[in-house]
Amino acid sequence: MTTQQARTHAIDMKSILRGPRDQEENSEVCIKVENLNLFYGEKQALHNINMDIPKQKVTAYIGPSGCGKSTLLRCINRMNDLVDSARIEGRILLDEENIYDKSVNVASLRRRVGMVFQKPNPFPKTIFENVAYGLRIQGINDKRTLEETVEKALRGAALWDEMKDRLNDNALGMSGGQQQRLVIARAIAIEPEVLLLDEPASALDPISTLKIEELINELKEHYTIVIVTHNMQQAARVSDYTAFMYMGELIEMGTTSELFTNPRKKQTEDYITGRYG
Amino acid sequence: MDSNKIGHHISGQFNKELEDIRNKVLTMGGLVEQQVELAMQAFSTGDIEMAELVIKQDNQVDALEVSIDRECTQILALRQPAAFDLRLLLTVIKVINELEIVGDLAERIAKLAIQSADSDGKIDQYYEIQHMSNLVKDMLHRALDAFARMSIEDVPTITGLDDNVDREYASIIRQLITHMMEDPRNITRTINVLWTVRAMERIGDHACYICEHLIYMVKGEAVRHLSREELEKRVKGG
Repeated sequence: MTTQQARTHAIDMKSILRGPRDQEENSEVCIKVENLNLFYGEKQALHNINMDIPKQKVTAYIGPSGCGKSTLLRCINRMNDLVDSARIEGRILLDEENIYDKSVNVASLRRRVGMVFQKPNPFPKTIFENVAYGLRIQGINDKRTLEETVEKALRGAALWDEMKDRLNDNALGMSGGQQQRLVIARAIAIEPEVLLLDEPASALDPISTLKIEELINELKEHYTIVIVTHNMQQAARVSDYTAFMYMGELIEMGTTSELFTNPRKKQTEDYITGRYG
Repeated sequence: MDSNKIGHHISGQFNKELEDIRNKVLTMGGLVEQQVELAMQAFSTGDIEMAELVIKQDNQVDALEVSIDRECTQILALRQPAAFDLRLLLTVIKVINELEIVGDLAERIAKLAIQSADSDGKIDQYYEIQHMSNLVKDMLHRALDAFARMSIEDVPTITGLDDNVDREYASIIRQLITHMMEDPRNITRTINVLWTVRAMERIGDHACYICEHLIYMVKGEAVRHLSREELEKRVKGG
């Protein structure tokens, strides 16, 4: 081999040194939270939150109970509108549009921002009808369209192979893990842009949990995902970015690998290493 | 720097496990330090019994390395440590590797001591290497002390000492070459001294590696391949 050949065969160090978890810089921002304050009556639950949630990445909120992470998650599709005493200041921009603007239609916002809760909540209907529900209420009743969408959503939720022969069974007969994936299928059937997951795996066994985590990893190719979890190892496994919240404040947000190996703030360090501050 | 960073976990058992690992590393460090001290003494006084003790002690060092390694693996698997705890364990795994190598180097010096003592009956004080030996022992001691205190304040001093060791090393080598040229009958003795000096120089290097691991533990930054100036800047700066 000549020196010339050696030069042309030189390996691309930059791509080799990149780890599977390294984030590309300048990821596009999907959701921008600006100076968000939230009050339940007199009590302030969120204090001046500012954060950028990157597009097609998984962002995890961690923090002790009552720190406001679920409240913040629910702000993103205006679930707190349903709480009478809740009052919100500040803005949340979804694709540069303030979702709290008077002109925004909440129903269409929630079509763009789907949500899955801690306990699976399938409707007491067939598996097929559960997934097709979102389309039916939009007035879509064409059998072909429905069938195609249901299959695509069930495949997306890694449930198709298990359920393709049981589409007309009642969804309440499924296992907890299957029900949770069904609910995710129902959420993605209407092709939202953002998926909010509030403790999606906390009621599931370890294998079902891993399936959900694997699913999250696949879904982030198409959706921006925000997940609230009590399980720090889960946050570490599934997310690209992690935000640590405490007493209604955002203490620290960064790439998950950095936050879990070298957090900047002592409060974050104490929480993730299981110390009392 | 908070000297008791190991404690304060909600899990008291976890505190105990980390404390136990720390104590074992310090025991291992003490043992290795003693090995180096005795090996150098054995070499300069031709004390074969002492040299044999050093060789025997290496088994204890090896056993400690295996045991600490196992405990670290268990904690990684069972507790999924994060942040400082994670960096502490990764650092321990690397530091015990350095210590094990230092132990092996001390063992090598001990073997050279036995050989040298055999080759001629008379005691040779090897004055030319006494000073360097003291520098290296000081470096190792300071590095272990820094680990015990989990503090990197002393790191610039240690790396500074390494510069002295390197200068001393170069000057001893020149001296030894002169000896060999003067009289070929000196060659056997001189080569033994040469190997010993080389082993000591390496021990100094490993003390510096321990410091680099400590910087990672305390600050979370990889500094292994930085220049001396850059490293000192990182230690002082934020």
